[in-house]
Amino acid sequence: MNEATLLLSKKSEKTFMSSAAQDKAQANQIAPELSNDKLIDMLKSMMQIRRFEERTMQSYMQQKIGGFCHIYIGQEAVAVGSISALKSDDPIVGAYRDHGFALARGMDPKYAMAEMFGKVTGCSKGKGGSMHFFDKEHHMYGGHAIVGGQCPLGTGLAFASQYEKKDNVTLCYLGDGAVNQGAFHEAMNLAAIWNLPIIFVLENNSYSMGTHINRGTAMANDLRAKAEAYGMRYAECDGLDVLDVYTTFKREVDKTRNAKNPQWERGMIPSYKREGEANGPCFMNVKTYRYKGHSMSDPQKYRAKEEVEAKQELDPINRLVNLLIEKNISTQDQIDEFDKAAKAEAQAAVKYANESPDMPQEELFTDIYVNPYGPYKKGELPEMLKGKDLGE
Amino acid sequence: MRNVQYREALREAMQEEMRTDDRIFLMGEEVAEYNGAYKVSQGMVEEFGARRIIDSPISETGFAGLGVGAAMYGLRPIIEFMSWSFCLVAADQIINNAPKMLYMSGGQFGCPAVFRGNNGAGGQLGSTHSWCVESMFSSVPGLKLAVPSTPRDAKGMLKAAIRDEDPVFYLESERMLGMGARGDKDFSRYLANGKWAPPTFEEDDNFVIDFGKADIKKAGADCTIVTAGRPVHFALEAAEQLEKEGIDIEVIDVRTYRPLDIETIVNSVRKTNYCVVVDQSWPFASVASEIASQVYERCFDDLDNSIIRVNNDDVPAPYNRTMEQEMLPNARKIIEAVRNVTYNA
Ligand SMILES: Cc1ncc(C[n+]2csc(CCOP(=O)(O)OP(=O)(O)O)c2C)c(N)n1
Ligand SMILES: [Mg+2]
Repeated sequence: MNEATLLLSKKSEKTFMSSAAQDKAQANQIAPELSNDKLIDMLKSMMQIRRFEERTMQSYMQQKIGGFCHIYIGQEAVAVGSISALKSDDPIVGAYRDHGFALARGMDPKYAMAEMFGKVTGCSKGKGGSMHFFDKEHHMYGGHAIVGGQCPLGTGLAFASQYEKKDNVTLCYLGDGAVNQGAFHEAMNLAAIWNLPIIFVLENNSYSMGTHINRGTAMANDLRAKAEAYGMRYAECDGLDVLDVYTTFKREVDKTRNAKNPQWERGMIPSYKREGEANGPCFMNVKTYRYKGHSMSDPQKYRAKEEVEAKQELDPINRLVNLLIEKNISTQDQIDEFDKAAKAEAQAAVKYANESPDMPQEELFTDIYVNPYGPYKKGELPEMLKGKDLGE
Repeated sequence: MRNVQYREALREAMQEEMRTDDRIFLMGEEVAEYNGAYKVSQGMVEEFGARRIIDSPISETGFAGLGVGAAMYGLRPIIEFMSWSFCLVAADQIINNAPKMLYMSGGQFGCPAVFRGNNGAGGQLGSTHSWCVESMFSSVPGLKLAVPSTPRDAKGMLKAAIRDEDPVFYLESERMLGMGARGDKDFSRYLANGKWAPPTFEEDDNFVIDFGKADIKKAGADCTIVTAGRPVHFALEAAEQLEKEGIDIEVIDVRTYRPLDIETIVNSVRKTNYCVVVDQSWPFASVASEIASQVYERCFDDLDNSIIRVNNDDVPAPYNRTMEQEMLPNARKIIEAVRNVTYNA
């Protein structure tokens, strides 16, 4: 084992422990519709992401992973809580910090890790990398690396499901830096005028790289204004508390699901209310925090260590662990087992990625056109999707 | 022969395809209630309703990106830009997202969308409104780019574009929208295949012109002119003049810059031994430069002189009427180029 590995494994020895104060805060917050199994699933899913990301960091330091790599640690509750509130065929799309929602949506971690290793067995066949995970089987329409660029895409997904008269809701994730992009505002406006079934999920971790949200975003202290400007429903939740994320999303997803486009009726002149419509799109401000740097290359000079530590006290995984133990839903032993399984799975993902074949030369010229010409060739589906029902 | 305007040909293509495939919708500024800023989509909202013919606000990034997302989901969007000049604000969506989605997703999500609208100088619109985007965008792998020059091509190629599984940039021309069965000037005597208008419905109701097939608009023996879109007409005008001087030019309309049918061009150059390339964008790193260099690579030994490019002048489009005409790759410049290139014939 080299130095980097040792360091990391020492850190990851830290088990998820309970703290009395957090127990209290959480005591009354179990959502009635959440079964014990679902609670445990959410815990496992968050643990899976955490342990996966630790391996991601390790592999990056070992230079198995290249490029820009953005770690999701600290934000696990956002992906897990929100996706738990969806139907399995509801589309999701987001930014480049995409490992968390890919796994939460059900992607096998080995395909995620192989992608970052640039292997042809990766979810995007080694052509996308860390920032461009896609999973058609799980209706995951991509991580997108141009800040804000995914907002019109999400709007298109919501438009399409409405056009097809399906009852899906699209979740479009974006960082707090993305609200300052024109693409975000155009997408919000289109979603509002056509009353599209979409929730814009602001993963508000207070920073875009090193810029605090209050330094870069007018009205950062009252983001409801962004929704009101488009006559859109606004909601917020505590992104470090998976139950709050889940219950808030459950409520808002259900409301959004029936969004109908008033302008399908010709001549209809819509009118708007600041607070938006019960059956329409939503802007959701999820307050979260990232424990690690913006990307793997960030020395984090822009924030105090104490600030990070204070947030780590509110760790979403620890909080759920405490709750499950307190409510006798799980024992520490069981939780240790879950954690062991998560670690083993992450390790297996690295092994799979390591042992996967490199990208063959021919792959350079495939997947550029569906109807190829000249030097281009039709590609095969990624390993991950072979034999899968893609509903086509 | 049907007298079908270029704009009507575009409309027919969309209507016919939309009648057979509910996944196709048309979105753009003023396409529905206004009947199309240039009347291309006139009457379509009556036929297809407001669900499928959709007036968008002036948000090119928003609605172009919406088209990409909808295409990833499985719909077949036709996104109309009032002018390609206005697509520039949507660059990230159309040249990052649309053409690269398939690759970045390892083949999972394609983008079967058509982006279409007017390209090139209209009439005295000044530099912001007179963009020719073919050179800029043809260099992007993952997209296909078509520049139809006649009502017949406008229809047949648009049908191909809509059926294509890949993103297509479809470059029309405000100056050609009103062009009927004979064009502005009657060049039909030159047409190698004798057809300018689309076929009648009885003749062929499933008429499609495949991408990547250049069309010899006028056959000739003395010099090859390679072009596409509106400059095809400039080239035919030049042909008329040059005929009087005893120079018989061959006009090749490449129709699509991506894919490019280099074979047809090469075959022609091997026959004429002279080549002039005409395109309406700026000369630096232009489609004309690209074609010239591909011709050099393939038939250096067949050429009896160097290739001359005729482009828009390397200046922003002026408002002044005379100067606007002057900057275009017009017939006068083409004639000069042909004379210069064939002087040693
Ligand atoms: C259009 C664009 N400009 C700049 C960048 C470089 N960049 C990548 S991430 C980032 C910060 C975004 O922060 P935020 O939206 O808050 O997301 P977070 O990283 O916190 O998840 C920047 C500036 C980019 N990818 N795209
Ligand atoms: Mg942020």
